[in-house]
Amino acid sequence: MIDAMIYALPFLGEGFLTTLAVSGLVVAGSLVLGLVLGVALTFGPAAIGWPIRAFADTIRAIPLIVLIFTVYYGLPAMRVNLSPFWAAVAALIAFKAGHVIEIVRGAVQSIHPGQMEAAKSIGLTFVERLRYVILPQAVRRFLPPWINSVTDSVKGSALVSLVGVIDLMMAIQQVIGRTYEPMPLYVLGALIYIAVNAALSVTSRRLEARFAATVA
Amino acid sequence: MEYQFNFTLVWRHAWRLWWGLGLSLQIALVSLGIGMAIGIVCAIAYADGGRTTRTAVAGYVEFIRNTPLLLLVYLVFYGIPSVGGFAYDATTSFVATLAFYAGAQLTEVFRAGLDAVPAGVVDAGRAIGLTRWGNLWHVRLPTAFRVSLPALSNAYIALFKDTALGSVIAVPELTHGAQWINFNTFRILEVYALLTPIYLVTGWIILAALRLLERRFAIVRHA
Repeated sequence: MIDAMIYALPFLGEGFLTTLAVSGLVVAGSLVLGLVLGVALTFGPAAIGWPIRAFADTIRAIPLIVLIFTVYYGLPAMRVNLSPFWAAVAALIAFKAGHVIEIVRGAVQSIHPGQMEAAKSIGLTFVERLRYVILPQAVRRFLPPWINSVTDSVKGSALVSLVGVIDLMMAIQQVIGRTYEPMPLYVLGALIYIAVNAALSVTSRRLEARFAATVA
Repeated sequence: MEYQFNFTLVWRHAWRLWWGLGLSLQIALVSLGIGMAIGIVCAIAYADGGRTTRTAVAGYVEFIRNTPLLLLVYLVFYGIPSVGGFAYDATTSFVATLAFYAGAQLTEVFRAGLDAVPAGVVDAGRAIGLTRWGNLWHVRLPTAFRVSLPALSNAYIALFKDTALGSVIAVPELTHGAQWINFNTFRILEVYALLTPIYLVTGWIILAALRLLERRFAIVRHA
């Protein structure tokens, strides 16, 4: 079993990097998109809020695999030609953004409205109020659920293999296609994913501790 | 957009979608049932067990929670039979995978539920002479179960969405039905234009129904 794992390792490197790239892009992209839309949902007028609410509720209710296939097959018909990699990443970003929107909304709404009023009364503009008053407080409530969702992004990235992107999952399948020994490879794959997620959770616990310490 | 939508062929095979939807709902229900059993046993073992039991339960939960479901689906369907020397059909394998997947999440849910039972209530149970098991059965579990209800509803909806992954090992559920129509008619956009709303509307209906149910079983809060 160990032999089969050691034999497979060199073949998994490139796929592993792809998995990291997909995860990284999805985490960063969904963070930016989710933050902007989440803030717009919380503070914007209903005309902006409604479409964002509809987007977040719809996208979270569709299985990720169906979403990836829909984007992958649907976009070419609308004359947008994306490579499998970018189609899958786009679908994952949209899906994760739906979750980030909810986390942002929850975090921002948990800040007492008096904070906003106080900031208003000392004459801060909207952007200043967000930047110096609301967001620094909201970030502590944002981090724990968001970090959980980062693990989900890493796990979700395995689905890109279904549209032919050679990520870790696909690389594992390819080695199995040659050796016909599925068990050692799947266990190895599970261990790699667990290692990535363990590294993430250690990093994130430090991050959380830092943010918790600076604002007492 | 120049694409011409044509649903004629898709309607002819649409029964695969309804049939698949039924199977998806059943798979989710059965795996939720087995997952709940696993979750309750593991949560009790974690709450009342010794150090070894705790480590074993935590290991199981962490393994499942940090591994992609897709990999687990493959592992159970292709991996385990290859070393076990036996085989099972795709649906059985998939239900087993989802059950263990749900079991790990529900362990956490029920653990939180058991933690939420006030110590005074457990003491009161002991005071009226309930044995350890009596206390567990009549006091701790019913309370924990009611506290966990909203999480159970969410778990069912999440499982219903996760059944879509069964398509990768050809479980004839909803997404697989959609893919069958794709491969046989090539009306891919039409199929996905149907599939997405089916998941969406079914999800909403389940959610509404479960919220009603929750309200019936909810612990009445005074003041």
